This record gives sequence, C-alpha cells and structure tokens, in this order.
Amino acid sequence: MFKGPVESKNEAAMSELVPEPRQKPVVPMKPTGINTNLLGYIGIDTIIEQMRKKTMKTGFDFNIMVVGQSGLGKSTLVNTLFKSQVSRKSSSWNREEKIPKTVEIKAIGHVIEEGGVKMKLTVIDTPGFGDQINNENCLRPLDLEFMKHLSKVVNIIPVIAKADTMTLEEKTEFKQRVRKELEVNGIEFYPQKEFDEDLEDKTENDKIRESMPFAVVGSDKEYQVNGKRVLGRKTPWGIIEVENLTHCEFALLRDFVIRTHLQDLKEVTHNIHYETYRAKRLNDNGGLPPMTVETEENHESNL
Amino acid sequence: MAAAEVARQGEGCRTVPLSGHVGFDSLPDQLVNKSVNHGFCFNILCVGETGLGKSTLMDTLFNTKFEGDPASHSQPGVQLKSSTYDLQESNVNLKLTIVSTVGFGDQINKEDSYKPIVEFIDAQFEAYLQEELKIKRALHNYHDTRIHACLYFIAPTGHSLKSLDLVTMKKLDSKAHLPFAVIGSTEELKIGNKMLKARQYPWGTVQVENEAHCDFVKLREMLIRVNMEDLREQTHTRHYELYRRCKLEEMGFKDTDPDSKPFSLQETYEAKRNEFLGELQKKEEAMRQMFVQRVKEKEAELKEAEKELHEKFDRLKKLHQDEKKKLEDKKKSLDDEVNAFKQRKTAAELLQSQAQQAGGSQTLKRDKERKNNPWLCTE
Repeated sequence: MFKGPVESKNEAAMSELVPEPRQKPVVPMKPTGINTNLLGYIGIDTIIEQMRKKTMKTGFDFNIMVVGQSGLGKSTLVNTLFKSQVSRKSSSWNREEKIPKTVEIKAIGHVIEEGGVKMKLTVIDTPGFGDQINNENCLRPLDLEFMKHLSKVVNIIPVIAKADTMTLEEKTEFKQRVRKELEVNGIEFYPQKEFDEDLEDKTENDKIRESMPFAVVGSDKEYQVNGKRVLGRKTPWGIIEVENLTHCEFALLRDFVIRTHLQDLKEVTHNIHYETYRAKRLNDNGGLPPMTVETEENHESNL
Repeated sequence: MAAAEVARQGEGCRTVPLSGHVGFDSLPDQLVNKSVNHGFCFNILCVGETGLGKSTLMDTLFNTKFEGDPASHSQPGVQLKSSTYDLQESNVNLKLTIVSTVGFGDQINKEDSYKPIVEFIDAQFEAYLQEELKIKRALHNYHDTRIHACLYFIAPTGHSLKSLDLVTMKKLDSKAHLPFAVIGSTEELKIGNKMLKARQYPWGTVQVENEAHCDFVKLREMLIRVNMEDLREQTHTRHYELYRRCKLEEMGFKDTDPDSKPFSLQETYEAKRNEFLGELQKKEEAMRQMFVQRVKEKEAELKEAEKELHEKFDRLKKLHQDEKKKLEDKKKSLDDEVNAFKQRKTAAELLQSQAQQAGGSQTLKRDKERKNNPWLCTE
C-alpha cells in the first residue's frame, strides 16, 4: 500500500528546486476506488493534457448517414445540426426526375472547425430510400424489416420529422406507439441497452431512451423573436423556434448526438459493429491460415 | 441493396464556416473522459547491470516504494523480471508494468546477453499480433504489454560506453524507445527544514531534484510529464507496425504481387489456404501409402506363418501314419504267429490221438521197456 503526505505539501517543497509543475487539467472526477496515496506528485495525470493536445492536432472524423423519404427535411436537419451547408438540399436535385434512375448514394465531406477542434464531417445522403418515421401512418412492415437489419450493423437514431404538425399530446402518444413498435420488432436503436457499461451509463441512457425518438424541426432561416435572432419556421400562427425546447426537441437531439455521445457513437461503431463485421467476414472466408498449433487444429477440424 | 456506387469527394475537402455554436468542441473532453474511464497502461523496460540502481530509480520516478528484493549477482543467465502496479493520481488510473533485467552483465561471456531482452520485446509484440489477427478478438480490453520505453543504465565509470552496452543498445534501438539514461539513485534526507530526496556523501549532499546536481528532473519530465502519451503512440504506430510488417511478410503475406498489382487480402488467404490444403492432402497420401505398405507386410508375414503350420501338420500326419503302419505290421506278424501256433497245436493233438488208437499195447510194451530202461526213447 502506498501511503504518504498530502500532495500539496510536497509540491510546495519541490517548487523551490524545480520549475512549477504543470497546471493540472480540470476534468470531472469519478469516485476513486483504489487506495493509492502516493509519496509525492508524479505527474501521471498530465497524460490527460498530452492526450488532449494530441487529438486536437490530428483532428476527428465523423460520418453520418441520413435515411428517409425525400421531402421530410433530412438535409435541412443535418445543416441545422452542424450550423453549416454540409448537405445539399433536394431542391438542387433535378426536379424533373422525381425518382432517381439509380439509388445513388452520395458521400460528401466537409471540414468544420470550432474551438480549435477540426472535424472532417462526411454526410451520406440516400435520396428516395428508406423511411424516417412518417407521422401519417405507422411504420410499414417493409421499413421495420429494413430497420431490423440495419440496427445490427450500425447505430440507428430514429427521428420524427416535421414535428411541428403535432400537438404535445399527439407527440407523446405517437412516440410511445413508435417505441413499442420498435421494441416488438426487436429493433434496438442507439444507445443500445446491451452496451451500457455501468450503472451510471445505464441511468443516463435510460433517460435518453425514454425520450426517444426525438421530435424535431429543422430550419436554416433566421427570424427576429423577442429581440434575438433565432432559427425557425414561420407559419401564419406563429414562429416555431428550432432551438426552443418548449417548441421541439431539436436541442435534445443535438446535445445528445454532438455534445455528449459523439465519441461513444464512434467507439461503439469501432469496437462492436466493425469487430462483428470483421469476424463474420473472416469466418466466411474459411478462416485465417494457421499460425500456431492451436489454430492449426481448429482449422483441421473445420475441414 | 446491390453494391451501389458511392461517389466520394476527394481528400481535399472544403472547409465550411459555422453560423453558430454547434458544440463538437467538447469532443476532446469526451475522448479524454472515455480514456480516463478505461484507464491507461505504460510499460517500462530497465536494462542494466546488477547494482546500478534500477529499482531505486523507478521508486524515485514514481514516488513509491515498489516491492521486490534486491537481485543477486549469481544468476545463470540474463532473465527478465516483470511486475505490474496500479497507480492512481487524481482521477487517472495507470497500470504500470516495470520489467527489469536480472543478471545482465554478470556473465563472463557477455556476447549473447542482449538476446533474451530482444526476445522478450518481440514476444510482447507477438502476443499483440496474435490477438489482433484472431477472428473474434478483444483488442479494446486487451492488457497491452508492449514495451513503451526502455531505460538503459550506464555505469558511472567515467569511460565511454562498454562494448556490451553498445551492442545491446544497437539491438534495442529498433525495438523500443531509448531515452538517454542517467543515474540518480536516492533516499530521503532532511536538509535544513525540508524533506528532500538526496544522497549523502562526506563531502556534501546530492539533491536529486536539483537540476544543477543531476538530470533526474529532466528524465522525469520527459518520460512521464511530457511524452508518456507520445511514447505509447509511437510504440504502436512505429515499432509495433514494423514488427507486424516483418512478421506478416515472413508468413508470406504481401500487399502487392510480383507484378506490383495490389493483392487483396482475400486472395492471399485463399492462396494460403489452398497451399495448406495441398500440403494436408500430400500428408494424407503419404500416410495412406504407409498404411497400405504396412498392411501388405503384415499379410505376407501371416501367410508365411500359415504355410509353416500347414507343413508341420502334414509332417505330423505322415509320422502318425508311419507309426500306425508299423504297428499294424507288427500286429499282423503276431497274428500269424498265433495262427501258426494254433495249427501246430491241433496237428500235435491229432497225432497224439492217432498214436493212442494205433497201438494201445505198443504203448504198454513201451511203457514196460521204459520201466526197465528209463533212458530209452521210443518216439
């Protein structure tokens, strides 16, 4: 067991002989489990700063795919989420052809920067395909099938578009219906229950799951409301403020996807979806050639 | 859906301005949080002769007393001792592994001293490679034992580096990081009013953390406070990648075939697999041949044995027949004798009865004569 005097005392003693130790970064602390009071300050916690600096230099990638019927406002939503023109609206498609000849999936990348953080954002648009939840009917059986397959290989975040056509009661009721339907059909959307790492995760994610799918409104037009410039949609009966939580849940979606769970989305994709794909792909291939005695035996038994 | 063409824009993506605050500048924090939750690991290898103060330096660097007995000088060869410790500072959990050489430089023949060390480093790379190449792998939770930094201890003799040192360092250079090592061993002493780490000599006291006295502070700065993350990353992206590339090429994997066209991994696997299957078939054939051969030999043996048995049987049978014949012959001759005897007996009896009838008186006369002349024979 490593016991010793309090850190600060040693720091004061050391500062006479050594240059000022680096500023310890402010990171939310988790309750400490291991009892290790060291004899003095080492500087291990500087690894946080080292890591942060490194990632700022290299930048981040993020790939987001939007699936749904055209006309639901997919591109507008993505542009509102990232406050920039990262997705081309369908008005720029050739309007004469209502149905594109082929299902051409386009992946378009942009670099956006904020607070010193560079992100390469790739938006993958799927014109005229799939289904966001159309709030007229319920989910069609074909869509459920499609979503079920998708949910096994990618993180799905269901979103209710054009939410400004529903009243609050209608919204709640519709959401519950949709969640039930997804559950009954075995479609697990992100954040998946099975990947909750600990109790803290579970409580946090339970709350989010309860309020999903988020009912959102997207817009790239600004209006003046109460002296402020806000993004919104103008209707004869009022202006719907996109970022106003009493009007719609856009802010919830944005905070969820970008501000708290962005890194987690990437990690689940890498550690779980990719690994599953990899294992399956290699298995279908007849497995790897033997390298050690154990794998050799396995391989033989497969023959 | 059939393989739809995904039109990708080139690597030169446009930078677009943001019209408001999005919030992804919290990304480094999200990443750091995840890493902190997951914990870090750092592995140091200490190479140096016994008695140079390796464990003392480790204790000082990490401000703790690591358990362990001081090594003896009488080791048969160079061995590596590895211990893992869980350290925590504020909310950072570090799994620190310290590997020390035991008996380095104690042998008379020091030529191969570096070998166990290089083998150890390679073994850690190999373990990681094995895990990475598994079909079902768990890299995220893998306890990484690859060496991130190697501290090479040089004896403070004042001369230049010994040849053992040169050879070993050269070998290790391509395998791990070698920040330049300095000696600074110490215990805590009271100097004035403060507790400092120092070594006391009659002519004065060496303060460990005084930069004018020794380079300890520089070492600690470099190793822990500035470059720990860098060392970890370099180990993975440079040293490990180099090892991996060599190993895979050794096994016959290539990225491009002899015509410099890119090989797909699938083709390589197929080729390897077919090769393996071919070998397997050959082995099977060989085994089958051998088996058939053995069967033939055994059959021949058995036939021989059978033949022998038959011959023996025939011989015995013949013997038996001969004996039987002999006995029969003997029996016959005996029977003949018996018959002959019988005949003579009946003939004799006949003669006797004839003689009685023909001369009863003659018999009397003969009897009288015989009485008078007992020696007379009248037959």
